[in-house]
Amino acid sequence: MLLIREFENRVRDRFADDEIPGFVHLSQGQEAVAVGACGALAEADYVTSTHRAHGHSLAKGLDPEQLLAELYGKEPGQSNGRGGSMHVADLEEGMLGAQPIVGASVPLGTGAGITAQVTGADWCGLAFCGDGSVAAGQVHEAINLAATWTLPVVYVIENNGYSEGMTHDEQHNIDDLAAMAASYGIPGEIVDGQDVEAVHETVSAARERALSGEGPTLVEAKTYRYRGHFEGDEEPYRSEAEVDEWMAERDPIENYVEVLAEREELEGDELTEMRADVEAVVDAAVRFARDADEPAPEAAYDDIFVDPAPDVQRHRNRMKKDGGVSR
Amino acid sequence: MSAEELADRQTETRTVRDALRDGIREEMLADDRVFVMGQDEEDGGSFEVTAGLHDEFGFDRVRNTPISEAAQVGAGVGAAATGIRPLVNLSFSDFIGVCFDQVMNQAGKLRYMFGGASNVPLTIRAIEGAGLNAAAQHSGTVHSLVAHLPGIKAVAPGTPAAAKGLMKSAIRSEDPVVFFENKTIYERRGPVPTDEAFTVPLGEATVERAGDDVTIVATQRLLGEAIAAASDVDDVSVEVLDPRSLYPLDTEAIADSVKKTGRLVVADESPLSYGFHAEIVTRVLEDAFWSLDAPVQRVGVPDTPIPFAPSQEDEVVPDADDVRRAIRRTI
Repeated sequence: MLLIREFENRVRDRFADDEIPGFVHLSQGQEAVAVGACGALAEADYVTSTHRAHGHSLAKGLDPEQLLAELYGKEPGQSNGRGGSMHVADLEEGMLGAQPIVGASVPLGTGAGITAQVTGADWCGLAFCGDGSVAAGQVHEAINLAATWTLPVVYVIENNGYSEGMTHDEQHNIDDLAAMAASYGIPGEIVDGQDVEAVHETVSAARERALSGEGPTLVEAKTYRYRGHFEGDEEPYRSEAEVDEWMAERDPIENYVEVLAEREELEGDELTEMRADVEAVVDAAVRFARDADEPAPEAAYDDIFVDPAPDVQRHRNRMKKDGGVSR
Repeated sequence: MSAEELADRQTETRTVRDALRDGIREEMLADDRVFVMGQDEEDGGSFEVTAGLHDEFGFDRVRNTPISEAAQVGAGVGAAATGIRPLVNLSFSDFIGVCFDQVMNQAGKLRYMFGGASNVPLTIRAIEGAGLNAAAQHSGTVHSLVAHLPGIKAVAPGTPAAAKGLMKSAIRSEDPVVFFENKTIYERRGPVPTDEAFTVPLGEATVERAGDDVTIVATQRLLGEAIAAASDVDDVSVEVLDPRSLYPLDTEAIADSVKKTGRLVVADESPLSYGFHAEIVTRVLEDAFWSLDAPVQRVGVPDTPIPFAPSQEDEVVPDADDVRRAIRRTI
């Protein structure tokens, strides 16, 4: 959680300084959901994510240096800079991709469940989605399919209270999105998304169900995002006081530090050392991303297909030709 | 298939429907990662192309899905990216509107966005074409929409041999392929090589009828209409090509034919504006402009949805007479 928080502090600042191109969506405030859920998974399990994917990516084990390089649009990024913040993926780490088309992460997670089931694999899929995505049709279709086929998938709705700049009541006619699980005949679990251990416990149980052939579970983690929908969002839809209250009262990191201290599981300078370690990791990531090479422009024509793409080459070659149309 | 391609091969006469099923079945036998899903698929799906496969391979390989095109294709992409080779039956191609995000933004872009980290060996079957009085939402020809999308391959065979050979190539392809079948030619018969190693590579056109005066590039049902029209015009020697693959497109074969004939007709059941016809014509203009002796001609649907009334459907859907008139306009 410390790593995600600090990583995104730097993303916020480097973006503000125009070092990071494009759009970024930060997940600060939601760290316990990412860490609790991904911590309950095995390395071989696949995760699909949303436009708010940095936390999920780090929690699933993606390398912070590569991840920041990806956000910078640099060659050593997980997708060689071609995807950026909104399309982070690393299949070797089980990160099946961020999906900024709201709701699209859910069918992809169902698809991972199909592969797991038909190949008899001992892993499962986990699809993160936001509360806004639950209003999208493909989410319903994909959970219904998984429920009907008893697929090994866990769906985790990160309910941060806002869909882009719109409130829960503008999006939904029910208070608890987990209640939708009943319409698929699967368990729906509500968990405090600010409590990393609670998330871990709930997702662990859901994963166990998935792997034992009992089918999918819908988990709703109630959480909050501190930053706007995107960096630069003026946030007319909520008050500063509301954000401040969540940060003061419900912060997943500070509250967990208190819990660990009470249990005497955090001794002496341990926390200070952990913060220093994280700082060093993120410092190194910033240096790495800044110094990394940009991808070659002509690599824009690669990876469209596995097989050769003669049409792409045809158009490219004609566009590059300078005069001399032959008879 | 051209006589050249069939020479020295043992063949049997098959319908397009049987050829498609043969191709799917052979690939399922060869590779247990091939997984078939669609609505009513356990009973053969629309038009019974996959009839019998559920009985032979069981629920683990052939499954009914809920009526959920977005989930079928979206989950198909996820399954393809994680290790199996789904063959998703979308049924009527008009339904692609329901799942266009999954085709355009997921299937077509996943590999590219992820820097090549994941292959998407997904095949989507989509059934096109007017002629059964199925009205506007079950009769469309939408392949121009799909062939336009970066990252997607699209095929639309007109013969049984191409149907089988391309189905095998599509399933084996590591890339997403949308396989368009015209519903009015499932009973079209023709020679198909019996050799199980036979395939038709993606991106290769074929000369179905050799000629010297006019080139017709014709797809699907209109391939048959073009060959019929060619036989009707005794005084003109007509060459008929089936592009078979829409993307990648075998520009060379088409341009070579036009360089020989100097005249071009494009016959395809798509709406005429902004589509397949325009792409063929443009490639010919790029590669064989100086060989053209006459304005190019298009045969297609004049930008209408397909009407229900038989009298109106017959009016807007082109046939051999339309092709014959187009040939005459080039002479």
